[in-house]
Amino acid sequence: MHIFSLRRAGQLLVVPILAVFSALLVGALLMWIFGDDPLAAYRGLWEGAFGSPRAWSTTVRKMTPLILTGLSVSIAFKAGLFNIGASGQFIVGTVCSVAVGVNFEGVPAHLPLALLAGVVGGLLWGLIPGLLKVFTGAHEVIVTIMLNYVASLFAAWTVYAGGTQGQTPGPLWDVNAGPISRTAEVLASARLPWIFGEPYRVHWGVLLAIGVALAMWWLIFKTTLGFATRTVGANSKAARYAGINVRWITVLTLMIAGGVAGLAGAIETLGLNHRFAPEFTGGVGFDGITVALLGQTNPLGVLLSAFLLGALDAGSARMQFDSGVAADIIQVIQALVLAFVAAPAIIRQIYRLRKPGDLSESTVFSSGWGR
Amino acid sequence: MGSRFFRGTALLAMFLAVAAVAMTLLVNTTSLGEHPWLRVFFSVSALNFTLRASVPLILGALCGILCERTGIVNIGIEGMMLAGAFAAFVAKTSTNDWPLLASLLFGVGASLAVGGAMGLLHALFSIRYRMDQIISGTVLIILAAGISAYLFDRDAVAEGKFGAIALPGLSQIPVFGEVFFSNPPLTYLALLLVVVVHVALFSSRWGVRTRACGEHPRAADTVGIDVNRFRYVNTMLGGMLAGLAGGFLVLEAVGQFQEGMTAGRGFISLAAMIFGNWMPFGATAAALLFGYTQALQNELLLAGITTVPRQFVSMIPYVVTIVVVSGFVGRVRPPAAEGKVYETESGSE
Repeated sequence: MHIFSLRRAGQLLVVPILAVFSALLVGALLMWIFGDDPLAAYRGLWEGAFGSPRAWSTTVRKMTPLILTGLSVSIAFKAGLFNIGASGQFIVGTVCSVAVGVNFEGVPAHLPLALLAGVVGGLLWGLIPGLLKVFTGAHEVIVTIMLNYVASLFAAWTVYAGGTQGQTPGPLWDVNAGPISRTAEVLASARLPWIFGEPYRVHWGVLLAIGVALAMWWLIFKTTLGFATRTVGANSKAARYAGINVRWITVLTLMIAGGVAGLAGAIETLGLNHRFAPEFTGGVGFDGITVALLGQTNPLGVLLSAFLLGALDAGSARMQFDSGVAADIIQVIQALVLAFVAAPAIIRQIYRLRKPGDLSESTVFSSGWGR
Repeated sequence: MGSRFFRGTALLAMFLAVAAVAMTLLVNTTSLGEHPWLRVFFSVSALNFTLRASVPLILGALCGILCERTGIVNIGIEGMMLAGAFAAFVAKTSTNDWPLLASLLFGVGASLAVGGAMGLLHALFSIRYRMDQIISGTVLIILAAGISAYLFDRDAVAEGKFGAIALPGLSQIPVFGEVFFSNPPLTYLALLLVVVVHVALFSSRWGVRTRACGEHPRAADTVGIDVNRFRYVNTMLGGMLAGLAGGFLVLEAVGQFQEGMTAGRGFISLAAMIFGNWMPFGATAAALLFGYTQALQNELLLAGITTVPRQFVSMIPYVVTIVVVSGFVGRVRPPAAEGKVYETESGSE
């Protein structure tokens, strides 16, 4: 991936493109079987994602957090780690950035501080599975999943409105919200400014996310640290013989992954929602897995796949409104996309493609639960 | 390295078990029961809740054991469970006008069938199409969540669920009769399946061959075992057990379906499997421990005797899972060939 060549790029793109196409096809088949009109659904989907300037702005808005959670999962994949915890890291990042955003009125550089708080929160949440993996051998998959639940409960507590039996309210609960569990609005000084204001609501977070993706590409492919990370992912034993500190790389990678997912939470709050309530879940964290794999765990590929999944997400509301097809079908289509990109053999069998020679495309890390 | 450690833990576990039994008897029969904290920890309702919360974990862990003992890593248990639960709900609601028992059994059948189908899908992905098994599991989870949400009819109501059957004689035993011998049928079935899987795994030809596939597939192949066929069959059987766990949630525990109702039980099952060292009885003990943490959470909230915010009380099961996985994973030994695609000598399947 160091050298740009059209043929190489074509080879890299052919499986993802066919995967998306096949997933849409199977999705249409499912809708047809269950009595929905797939054509009307996809027309609504297109309208909602690209049909108007408003639709485009929704797509860009939905794409922004997906870029970052996709990057979070990707960087972990590069080191042979599976970060299912992006949603927990996203939530902790959200809570931390809100905590800074609603307080500290008049502090200089309020916005950078709030963003930083989100990054640090996610980073610490990623540090836990990293340390546990390195020192106890606990598999990051189980630990990060459990931490997702802990994170959402913790976040729910911070905004808890208090109970009837004398339970004290959470520290971030908005005193003026009455019985509603939510934070106050983030102060204006900590908000990400709009690029296009109402009704488009596109904020600077999208450019920030794209910048992080470019930085991540540089980090992974142009630095010694990135090389070490990729070596650990390709063969951790060989990496150890080569003198790479595998433990340090493991912890550091999960920290970076957590930090990026935390930044996603911060951007989503400071740019768009301006507050936190328990129903803002980290669903985009789970979608990050699909984004990462569809983008072949390459930061530039992640930009493309986040755009695509953002469009699917953006169009789903319009689709449900126009055609009456439940928006949940999008999740099914995403699962199918994931299946088809993760098993190129299926795509090759269907479309009778030849196996490319030098492209190592499968990530393998399910070698059990031990050290 | 493990055996001395396990002898130690086994002794400790037995001591704790005896102490717990004694406390339970005292709390439920003497005036000790008036103490609210003791009631939280040892009351009959806490123990009943423990068993009810453990059944899906036990079945999920058995699913994990069946898959992993043949060499297939299965983090998709959560998805298989959810699919089974949804299938049971659809089957139950569409046969509400049948006699209750027939309709419930139809629901059980549907959860088994759909769970088995999910198992087949996992096996196809990971064996035939060589997908990374952890990703394949993730696909199952997202797929089950998506399809169940897409097809879920929020107005549908399942009428009736399995009721308790008191076993004659045994249910008369003070305290323990109430906890263990007055349960609905799927609970008995789950406990029975623990014994069945254990015996099958360690005393049958199928079991020896299954374990051979998970430990040393090349050797198994050499003596004529069709490794991939065993992996297909066992993953499907495992899927059926996970589906049954979902069926239990809908047909026996809750009575209805809710989106995402498995709420991480599939993952906690995996932790129980690891904690139990890939052994049915060990995993069951671990599942009971996790079930007990859920019961504690529930009893604490009901009793209202702590000022700790309920969100922290609700974290108990998840935090305990992390602690257990961190403390034990280095000391247990997973099947050696787990997670690796087996290529036959000829290269075909």
